[in-house]
Formats: sequence, structure tokens, C-alpha cells
Amino acid sequence: MAQLRQRQHGHVAFTELYISSVLDRPLASSGELFYDAPDRLEKRTTLPRPERMVLEKGQLTFERRHKQYHMALADVPQAAPFIEGIRATLAGDRPALERVFRISFDNSPDQWTLRLTPLDSHVAAEVAVVKIDGSSDVIKTVTVQMVNGDRSVTTLGAVLDP
Amino acid sequence: MRRRATSIFIWMALLVAAGWIVAHARFTADLSAFLPALPSPAQRALVDELREGVASRLILIDIDGGDRAQLALLSQGLATRLRANPAFTSVNNGRAASSESDQRFIFSHRYLLSEQVTAEHFTSAGLRAAISESIDSMASPAGFMARDLLRADPTGETLQVLAQLSPDSGPRSEGGVWVSADGSEALLVAQTRAAGGDTNGQEHAVGIIADEFGRLRASTMPAASTIRLRMTGPGVFAVRARGTIVHEAIRLSMLSSLLIATLLLMTYRSVRTLALGLLPVFSGALVGAAAVAMGFGVIHGVTLGFGVTLIGESVDYSIYLLIQARRGPAGSAAATWIASYWPTVRLGLLTSLCGFASLLPSAFPGLAQLGLYSMAGLLAAAAVTRFVLPALLPAQWAARPLSGLGLWLARGIDRLQRYRQLLWLLPLLATGVVYAHRDRLWSHDLAALSPVSAADQQFDARLRSNLGAPDVSDLIVISAADTERALGAAEAAGARLNGLVQSGELAGFDTPTRYLPSLALQRQRREALPTEAVLRDRLRAALEGLPLQATRLEPFVAAVEQARTDALVDPSALAGTSLASGVDALLAQRGDRVVALLPLHAPAVGAHPFAIDAARVTAALGEAPPGVSIAVLDLKHESDALYADYQKEAIRLSLLGLGVIVLLLLVALRSATRVVRVIAPLILAVLVVSAALILSRQQLTILHLIGLLLIVAVGSNYALFFDRRHPAADADERSTTLASLFIANLATVLGFGVLAFSTVPVLSALGMTVAPGAFAALIFSALMARPVAPS
Repeated sequence: MAQLRQRQHGHVAFTELYISSVLDRPLASSGELFYDAPDRLEKRTTLPRPERMVLEKGQLTFERRHKQYHMALADVPQAAPFIEGIRATLAGDRPALERVFRISFDNSPDQWTLRLTPLDSHVAAEVAVVKIDGSSDVIKTVTVQMVNGDRSVTTLGAVLDP
Repeated sequence: MRRRATSIFIWMALLVAAGWIVAHARFTADLSAFLPALPSPAQRALVDELREGVASRLILIDIDGGDRAQLALLSQGLATRLRANPAFTSVNNGRAASSESDQRFIFSHRYLLSEQVTAEHFTSAGLRAAISESIDSMASPAGFMARDLLRADPTGETLQVLAQLSPDSGPRSEGGVWVSADGSEALLVAQTRAAGGDTNGQEHAVGIIADEFGRLRASTMPAASTIRLRMTGPGVFAVRARGTIVHEAIRLSMLSSLLIATLLLMTYRSVRTLALGLLPVFSGALVGAAAVAMGFGVIHGVTLGFGVTLIGESVDYSIYLLIQARRGPAGSAAATWIASYWPTVRLGLLTSLCGFASLLPSAFPGLAQLGLYSMAGLLAAAAVTRFVLPALLPAQWAARPLSGLGLWLARGIDRLQRYRQLLWLLPLLATGVVYAHRDRLWSHDLAALSPVSAADQQFDARLRSNLGAPDVSDLIVISAADTERALGAAEAAGARLNGLVQSGELAGFDTPTRYLPSLALQRQRREALPTEAVLRDRLRAALEGLPLQATRLEPFVAAVEQARTDALVDPSALAGTSLASGVDALLAQRGDRVVALLPLHAPAVGAHPFAIDAARVTAALGEAPPGVSIAVLDLKHESDALYADYQKEAIRLSLLGLGVIVLLLLVALRSATRVVRVIAPLILAVLVVSAALILSRQQLTILHLIGLLLIVAVGSNYALFFDRRHPAADADERSTTLASLFIANLATVLGFGVLAFSTVPVLSALGMTVAPGAFAALIFSALMARPVAPS
């Protein structure tokens, strides 16, 4: 956590697989993630369709097909685990994580795993667990396991501009 | 003796009747008393909307001074309590409030409400495009709804309807409740059952909000004393304005009564004479209020405030009697006064009545009330002075001589009259000032008349911008015989407006058909849905190569089949959803017509940012179908035009009043020279006061103009006394007349002068014009009167 907190900026590529029981094959999407400590996170999806999502000081903005949607993160329990999980982990903000999740942390020499279980019953009805894998101050994958069996796996890749 | 008893009996009976009427009268401070009855039907619809429509029923609530958790808790608690109260039809404090029933409604009527539903949308190609889009959006962080809805609604109609309904900018939301942009205030919007014009109903609603909040805070967080609740909105303004006006009317009336009573006590040196002298005043005030209640059905607070001036003006009549009356050949002092002075007083009364009568035809209901109030009040005061006071005065009574004051005044005037040639300079100077400022004379802002304080207006504007309710300045008003035709015309207009949105002429627009499509359009959408067999066929082709099996979409097939036979949505089906308030705001029954409103949003960029070219919108809309009227309203333009109309009307009425007064004097005095001598000092007073107002940087409003007319109406009383005095009159009568005029004038100046300190713009404008004007009228009349040959 302390190591993560050192980071002020981040800009990485990501690929994401969404595995749904309704769909025959996983949906792939990719784009870039931007992070500015401590509370700005932007996810810019380029494929299959351009889309932008910005979390800034608790406010979420979705931009899709030239239309913007604003909402408070607190009002979107379904999206909160993924977004706040990444944001708070990147910020090394343990108190924020503990407000919404029960945390378990496995640390082996070259790799760590953070398992986040939602506390809120509404969220827990949808999201079973968020698993974040990383090593030292880098997050490698974020897996969100839904209660209905759906699962999204986001892999953080190459560091782009510093 | 019999006659005395009769007049006293009639007077008492009238007072009792007037008292009963006033006690049962309805009082209002509805700001729309200062909106006129407009000529065109579209404008009529607009003013009705402002007066009775949903916008007039909104109370915006702001809670601040606590931490975010406290604010969220109080917002939710208050909303729950207010929703349970029958005084409110809806209470919104955040998206979560009614979303569950809304979402259920939207989901079950998605094929009738979605603008995407056309025959092409349900071809194989259309289905494939829509379903691919839904699948793609599942992977998005915002895709949670698409995931839940995929099987029953793979073409995304529910999300389309939600997007249709979501305003371009809404309030920020935190912890499930609306908050201000910086998150430090919780925001709620309550809609009252009472109309905005129903000030009593609004006051009741405002009281409930304050009480419920007080109880809620006391029970949940008694220590949090910094947390406060503030309200704004048209109804809140009306309640507050009525409070201010009534409070000021009482305060100023008491102050001016006290000042005038002190003046009269010093003059009469007799409590009994003072009491008698005030009888006509109170009779006049009561009769005036009763006349307004009978003539208009409701008494405006401003009229009540105006009663203050009536005290100063109507007390003049009894002052004349109680100072001028001397025993003479006709018997008692009162009888002598009636014989020698009453004709002059009566002519003065008639000129005043003519002046006030010119307010009666005003399109301003507020001004018309002032006119009627003053006419009835002055008539009653003069009648009581003429018929009742003599009956109440002791037989041996005579006025206390005021020769000391009178002689002093006479000497002063004689001295000043030596310089009367200099008076010619005044009209030149005053005209020069008025001419030099001719471009900046008038205030062009209707808001200058509003009794709402600037601070309250700022708070209202801030709350509105936080709630994302943009100020509507342009809108289309469609009026038709019934709801179906109005909605149909709104849909046709919407299709043309979409063209303007695409070309960048408009940023967007609202229309009731987003919430409630016409039955014809719903029928059209229902008929665009394929039969079950056709849909299955097309789905098979559409899903080719997509990662979704047709078997997964059984709920979709069933839903479409169900929608093909579902009942259409009518206004009653919307009850209980927040869609109903959207429809209420934009669609209303007005008399035997149904009016649809389409507010237009100006683009923030482009060739004409923040401006809408009403002519181009009108051209784009084309011809209205038979039986339907379509008008594009530019509110700023309309309100400017409205104000200009007012000004023209006020100028016309003032000139008419002046003309009638001149005519009356011509008939009564039968001499053009005498009329000029009476009128000239009044015109001079008007010019000097206008110049003084301009030099003190007052922007003149209609009320100043009306005040100028009142200078003539009131000042003529003094001028007439100077005309009456012929050279042969004895010095004692001259000094007595001067003393009575001086005291009467002082009472009038006190009455109007106190009004000048009112915080209600309408009242202070009248006060600051008439008080100095009445004084100037007296001085100029005295100076311009024929000099008295030294005796």
C-alpha cells in the first residue's frame, strides 16, 4: 500500500475480457487508463467502440456517442467495486477500501493479491469479489466476479508516457 | 336635528358594512398583479403558465451547514415526510427517489415510448445493429444495465427511453441525494398542490416545510444547530412579499399616523378635535379597502400599503374644516365653512378623483386597485367631513385661531414673491435636465417593479443553476383543441426542430412527447412490431456471427408479442411516475384548449452562441395544421415589449388624467386664465421633481410616472385655494387659509414621505415622487398667486 501511494501519475494500456454466461464467447475491449493521485481515474476505451469514463473526486462521467452522463460514484453500486477498487488501490487508500470492502491481502515475494468483498448488501447482491493482482507498486490484473457468474478480467499492460 | 341623526346613522351603517367586507376579504401579494392581461393567445398561455403552471408550484429547498452524511440524512427524512403530506404533489431530492416505479413503467412500456421504434429498427439489419450495440456496451463500466436487460431488451429500448428523458444537465448527486456543485448543500424540489397564485396555499406549504424540517432536525440531530434550511421559488417569493408588504403597510401606517396625529395635536391643542379630525381618515381607509374587495374580489398587499398615503391625503379635508371654520352669517362655524369653503374643497376632490380614475383602466390589476381604493377612500373621507363632522361638532364650536402661523406664512410668501421672476428659471433648468438625460430616463426592466430583493433573486438563480434548471428564454407554444392534437402538432414540430439541432441552430429542446407520445404515434410504433413468427425469422438472420444464441432471447420475443396488443399510454397511465411531472410541466389544459410548451436550448457555440433566431425557428416550423396555433416566444423580447407597452399605457393614462383635470377646471372655473393659473404651478412642480429624481440617479419607472400624475391630482387642491382668494379677502381669512394649507400639505408630505422609505419598490417610487411634489406644488402655487396689495 505504502509503495502504491508513492505513485503520482499513471498511464497504461489495458485489455479487458468480459465473460458472460449469456454470451457464447468473451467480449474483448481495450484502451488506456490514466491515473492522477489521489482521486482522478480515467478509462479511455478505443475498441470495439470509443467510450470514455472519468472518475474525479467521487463524480463519474460517462461519454458515449457524444452524449455525457454524470453521476455520483456512490449512486452506481454496480460500477463502484471495479472503479473505486482500482482507484483506492492505486492511491494506497486503505481507509477508503475498508469503507466499502472486506479486505484480504496475500503477499508473496514477487507478487501480491488483494481480495475485496463488498460490504454493502446491494453491491454484494451483484458483485461477489474483486481480485487485484500486482507486484511491488504495479497492478497487473483486476478481476471482477459477478454473483450471476459473469466475470471481467482487466489486464494492465505497457506503461505509456510517464 | 333629524338630518344630523340620519347622516350619522348612514355613516355608521356604511362603516359596519365596509368592516364586514374587509374582514372577509382575501389578501394576496401575487406578483402577477404586476403582469398585465396580454392580448395574444400564446402570450396568454404563457402568463397562465407563469401564474398557475407547474413552474409556479415549485419550491426549491436548500439545506446546508452540516456534513455530507447529515445533509443526506436530513434530505431523505424531509422528502419522506413531505411526500406523505397532501399539500405536496411530488417531492424530488435525488435520482433514487422515484426511479424504481419509473424504471418499471419505462421497462413495461418501452416499445411505445422509445423513439427508436420504427419498422426498419425491427428488420434483420436493424435488429443486428441494435443487438451488436447492446453487446458491446456490456463490457463498458456503464454496461451493468445493458447486462441485466440483454435478454428481455436486446435492442436497448429501455436505455433509449432513459436517455430521452434524462435532461442535458441535472443536479449533482451524492449519497443518493441531490447536492450543490461543491457538495456542501443538499437540494430538494417540492411541487405544491396549491397554485402559485394561491398565496395562502403557498404560505401553508412553506410553513409545513419549515415545521417538518425543524422537528426532523430536533429529533435526529439536536446538537447540529448550524444546519439550516432555505427556500425559494415563485410561491415562496409571493409569501415573503406579502409578509414584507403587510408588515411595512402596518409599520408605515402606524408611523405616518403617529406623525400626523402629533402634527394635528400641536395644531388643534385638543384631543377631541384630533379624534374628530381622524374620523374621515379611518372611514376613508375602510371604505377604500371594501370597495377594492368588492370590485376585484381580492385585495393586493400593495393597495394596503398605499393606504398610508391616503391617510396623509384624506386628512386634508378635516384639516380645512377644523382650521378654517369660523362663526359667520350662516350660523354655526361648520355651516359657515360649508357655505364659503366647501365648493373649493369639492372641486379639489373632483380633480383628485379624476387623477385617480385614470388608473382604473390600467392593464396592471395592481394599479387599477390603487385607483379604486383612492377614489372610494377620498370620496368617503370628504363626505364624512362634509356631512358627519358638522353633526358631531358641538354647536358653539369654532376653530382655534392660527393667526400667528398664518401671518408668519403670509409675510414669508410676500417676501418670496418679490423674487418670483426667478421662478421662470426653474422650468428652463428642469426641462434642460430632462432633455439632457432623455435617453436614460426610463428603466427598461420589468424586474424594477418586483418586490423581491436582489439577494433573494441571486439565491434563487444560484439554486436553479445548481439544479440544472436552465433559464428558459425561448419556447414554442402550441395550442390545440385536445391533448391528442396538441401532442401530434408537438411531434411534427419536434421533427422539424431536430433538423435545426443537426444544423447547430439549436442545442436541443424539450417536448412533452418524450414523456407522452400521441396515441397516433404510439399506434404507429405498435404496428411497427413484427409478429412472433416474423421476429423469430429475422432474429435468426440478425444474430448470425454474434456471440448470442436466439434461444437466450425468448424473454425478448415474448415482450414484443405482448407489446403488440398492449394498451396505449394515456396521461392517467403516467400517474405516480416522475414522467407525469414532466408532462404536467409541458402540457396543460387552458380553458377549452390544450397547450403544449417546447422550451428551446440555445447552442453554446457556433455563429450565434447563446442566441436563438426566433424568425428562423418560425420559418422551420412552417404552416400550423388547421385548428392548431403555433407561436415562437422569446421571453426576453416579450417582457421588454410588455414593459414598453406598460410605459406607453402609463403615459397615455397620465396625459388622459391631466386632460380630464384641465377640462374639469375649465367647466368649473369658466376661465382659461384661471385654469392656467391653477395648472401652471402644478406642471412646474412636476418638472422640478422629475429633474430632481433624474439628478439623484433614479431610473424612472411607471410608478414614478403615476406619482407625477398624483402631484397634479393632489396639488390642485392647494392651487385652487389660491385661485379662490380674491384681492378683497381680508387678511385674517388669508392667514387662516395659508395656515390650513400649510398643515394639510405637511400631513400629505408626511404620508407620502414615510412611503418613500418602504423597501417595496412600487411604494417607495410613489413616495419619493409625490412627497416633494406636493410640497413644491404648494410653494409654487403660493408664489405664483396674484400678489396681495399691502393693506
